[in-house]
Amino acid sequence: MSLSRGALIAVSAATVAACGGNQNMFNPHGPAARSIATLGWWLFAVCGAVYVLVLLTALWAVARRWQVSDDAPAKLQTLARSVTGATVITAIILIGFTVASVVAGRGLTSPSGPGAVTVDVIGHQWWWEFQYRDVTPSDFVTSPNELHVPVGVPVRLQASSRDVIHSFWVPNLHGKRDLIPGLSTETWIEADTAGIYRGQCAEFCGVQHARMAFVIVAEPMSAFLEWIAHQRMPAAEPAAGDARRGFDVFQRSTCITCHTIRGTRAGSRIGPELTHVGSRLMIGAGTLPNTRASLVEWVANPHSVKPGVRMPPTPLAAADRDAVVTYLRSLR
Amino acid sequence: MSGDGSPLELTEDTALAGELARAWYVPRGIVGWFSVVDHRTIGKRYIVTAFGFFIIAGILAGLMRIQLAVPNNHFLGPDLYNQVFTTHGTMMMFLFAVPIMEALGVYLVPLMIGARNIAFPRLNTFSYFVYLFGGVMLTATMLLNTAPDVGWFAYVPLAGPDFSPGKRADFWAQLITFTEVSGLAVAVELVATIFKTRAPGMSLNRMPLFVWSMLVTAFMVIFAMPSVVTSSTFLLLDRLVGTHFYNPAEGGDALLWQHLFWFFGHPEVYIIFVPALGIVSSIVTTFTRRPVFGYTAMVLSLVATGFIGFGLWVHHMFATGLPQLGLTYFTAASMIIAIPSGVQIFCWIASLWRGRPRMETPLLFVMGFIAIFVLGGLSGVTLASLPFDLQVHDTYYVVAHFHYVLIGGALFPLLGGIFYWFPKMTGRMLSDRLGRTTFWVLFAGFNTTFFPMHIVGIEGMPRRVYTYPAELGWGTLNLVSSTGAILLVLGGILLLYNIVRSSIAGVAAPSNPWGADTLEWSVSSPPPVYNFLYVPVVEGRNALWDRADDPPIVTGIRSDCREVLVTTVMDATPSNKCSYPEPSIWPFLCAVVTSACFIGSIFTPWALPVAILPLTITLIGWFWPKDERSDSSTARARERSEAA
Amino acid sequence: MSPRPVIDVSALPNSEFGHRGLIWWGTVGFMVIEGSMFVIALVVYFYLRLNVEEWPPGLPDPDPSYGTANLILVLVSLVPAVVSKRAAEAFQLERARVWLLVLVLMGLASVVLRAFEYPALNCRWDDNAYASMVWVLLSMHTIHVSTDVVDSVVLLVMAWMKPMTRKRFVDLSENSLYWYFIVAWWIPIYLVIYFAPRLL
Repeated sequence: MSLSRGALIAVSAATVAACGGNQNMFNPHGPAARSIATLGWWLFAVCGAVYVLVLLTALWAVARRWQVSDDAPAKLQTLARSVTGATVITAIILIGFTVASVVAGRGLTSPSGPGAVTVDVIGHQWWWEFQYRDVTPSDFVTSPNELHVPVGVPVRLQASSRDVIHSFWVPNLHGKRDLIPGLSTETWIEADTAGIYRGQCAEFCGVQHARMAFVIVAEPMSAFLEWIAHQRMPAAEPAAGDARRGFDVFQRSTCITCHTIRGTRAGSRIGPELTHVGSRLMIGAGTLPNTRASLVEWVANPHSVKPGVRMPPTPLAAADRDAVVTYLRSLR
Repeated sequence: MSGDGSPLELTEDTALAGELARAWYVPRGIVGWFSVVDHRTIGKRYIVTAFGFFIIAGILAGLMRIQLAVPNNHFLGPDLYNQVFTTHGTMMMFLFAVPIMEALGVYLVPLMIGARNIAFPRLNTFSYFVYLFGGVMLTATMLLNTAPDVGWFAYVPLAGPDFSPGKRADFWAQLITFTEVSGLAVAVELVATIFKTRAPGMSLNRMPLFVWSMLVTAFMVIFAMPSVVTSSTFLLLDRLVGTHFYNPAEGGDALLWQHLFWFFGHPEVYIIFVPALGIVSSIVTTFTRRPVFGYTAMVLSLVATGFIGFGLWVHHMFATGLPQLGLTYFTAASMIIAIPSGVQIFCWIASLWRGRPRMETPLLFVMGFIAIFVLGGLSGVTLASLPFDLQVHDTYYVVAHFHYVLIGGALFPLLGGIFYWFPKMTGRMLSDRLGRTTFWVLFAGFNTTFFPMHIVGIEGMPRRVYTYPAELGWGTLNLVSSTGAILLVLGGILLLYNIVRSSIAGVAAPSNPWGADTLEWSVSSPPPVYNFLYVPVVEGRNALWDRADDPPIVTGIRSDCREVLVTTVMDATPSNKCSYPEPSIWPFLCAVVTSACFIGSIFTPWALPVAILPLTITLIGWFWPKDERSDSSTARARERSEAA
Repeated sequence: MSPRPVIDVSALPNSEFGHRGLIWWGTVGFMVIEGSMFVIALVVYFYLRLNVEEWPPGLPDPDPSYGTANLILVLVSLVPAVVSKRAAEAFQLERARVWLLVLVLMGLASVVLRAFEYPALNCRWDDNAYASMVWVLLSMHTIHVSTDVVDSVVLLVMAWMKPMTRKRFVDLSENSLYWYFIVAWWIPIYLVIYFAPRLL
């Protein structure tokens, strides 16, 4: 793995951990989000002005001093004209909003250019399966919970779910799209600056809906292609040491009933693929940073951080567990 | 506008009063309590019960706010949190908001239109008990760790048999059945009452705006609730007997649930909101001492809201990937519904401008309504915009929006209505000073709790999360929200204290303490069991203000039995008479059997055939005619000869 | 403040037929509610059709013989319903209750036929979404027919046992009205269950 890539991951990990404006829809880093944010500012400006006006008028209406002439028929006419006028202005504003929404919306349904990349987004309770298609099926790349995209290029997403309805949402880049079992929905994202963007499931999907997050890593095309090529490679079998011990423990433990590590016998697709788990930024679908301590905690008992998750605790002796973690961390 | 609204009581007519009191008696004793068919008693029971559920649901909200006050909190685990937020929403929407608005209608509509009871009184009693039993069932699930945990709108497949094992979602779906049966029954009663039993002279264009709002609401209930009954029944069938309505693997459809639910769900919020608009009109009229400006526009706005409300439902589904052209229509429609609401706001402001407002507690709550609801309505307009909605859908921005429109648009008017009508219902005044303090505490607490949610939703916090990470910076605003909730609790306590203290030792209320214009203020506080000594003839839109010093009345209605006058729909000219039933235990017994059948069917389909016989028996008991005391001997003889 | 009597309603009848009376509004109210549910069920049937290629999916078409017999039966049953209603409105007790008896017998026969219609659907409710839908459509209608038959039986018993009042003539008339509703809805439901599979 190149030095620049390692540096990027280190910086990004720090950013993810410390970033305050990360999931803010008014912090757009892509054309779709930017278009929506602009629309949003206009909506707020106009609605804000209307609100202040209505409130002040209401307060003035009660605070003013009543005069006998207020009961005169002429005053009723004035009131009628005012109410009519206000209604007409309201209608005009609403029509304006509708037009603005349609205009902003047109750009959102289709990407800015030909989609260079297509990714299948498959929702599970409670993790994300991102699968990059290729001409050759054996070259498909599956990257759980971490979606890499090239900067400045639209990425088409075909979304569905294996179980219940989820919703794919990365506010810095685009609005959300539901993942519905039995249907395939489509959306696209494009990042115009390199960086790491956090996304989160936005449709209540059960006990751990709150901890079903993912990261999007936007990088230059060359880095992206390098990443994809690397992801295609199967896992290297460690020769010796703690990693070898971990490999042996893994292959004979319950781990293989759910996880795939390409290049080994472990081929189950129930849980996230672990072929390159060592190079990921987070584990547990955005729950913990990918550090040694986190992995130990997760492997021992994921329910201590994400109660109700589908993965059971793994009963291993401490030394075996440490070895497995060493092995997993070697899978970069 | 000369009438002072004082009750019509002449000493010579204590005889008449005595006769009517005997005919319209409210039974006492234990069996009597279950047999009451009087609309005021049932209305008050509904109100008290609904507030009971409101308190429980409020406590659940408090628990949620404690859990969310800081990131990564451990006060409520995810499973318990999911039960808590689901029950909070379900209880507020189905067991508080709709029932309490219908309750005000049940209590006030007959009084406002000059009638002695609501139409189909036994059905009214039945509907109350079905509602009560459904609410008790849901409350019991909380205590048994089997409360529903799939959100108040229970999307499938999460709520379906594959992903929600156990009975939790079944209890939710059956609660729908309980509350919809109850709500639909009351809606039919209200339509019949309003169309057919108004006092002579109260043509449709002389009806109080509150009565119009209840009429529109009743129609919305009749057309909207069948959709959710269908959807929840399909869910129960999927879960209990293996049908496949929502199972995509066998030709079913996950989105079908959303269409059916939201076709009901959107009108549902207007069902809650439109009666509140009626309350606001009542309060504005009385406290500005003028008829509301623009009566015709107000009526048309209510009706328009009712109609348009049925055409918006897909705006809850903007993120599901439906075809763009259809979605554009729903953006436009969701924007347009702001127009009739806007017209109403402008007319009320015009009324305030034109009149001489007395800023007592009811009007203060109306001002709070304007401040809060208009903000909620505007956030709703932003949500109508599809692109914007794609970002804020399912975030705390939406939570903020609907609390602004529900609390601002329904609860604040309701509280104003409580202060306004409490004297009529109980014969005591609530403390106005305490009321004003309560208002400010609730106003401050509400905004502190819910305004930050707009921001935190924009910052990316989704709904229905039991916790959130610290790194995203949502902690501060969540803490502010949770702190605001303390003020809301305080306000609730002040209100409760006011109600309890005033019920015991409040200032006695005259029949018309506010100098109001509608007919309920022409009778004593609380009203006698027969409502009106004489059925009035209405001469104007503001019945008491347009009333002459020698008010016209109707004669010829029997006072030795429960005879009522039936009038025509448009002009309320007398058409025929009708005998309302005496108190009866059968509606209660029927409700018991019905409820047992509903609850039993959650556990076994055999509950349905087993219930048929007892249900038939209770219905026969209900409808079996007693020797009708309403038949005088001459009338009976005449009818026998006609029958021969 | 002394009240002034201006309208005297003592001569008005104690109950009235049709929309001038109160019961009609209750009956029609429930008809609108149940009708809305039928409309929704039919819409859902066609909505589900859009999800699959073949209709019925993987199942034989329903056999319309019993359904058609039932259609003919209920259409014929409109005769006793109409006669009974008109007799009730003319206070002709004998005629009203005899024809109500005929109606009840035809209603019972309809329920018996309905029992044969279920197996003729050629599917089980849990086969797939189509099957669930036709079972629900048929069952919704069956529930209405059954409850109205029971209701009519009770009215019949009362018509023979208890002295009649004007109000109960109105009840007899309203009962026929509800029967019209049940017959009317059988037509579209019958067509959808038995013929939509051949057309779609």
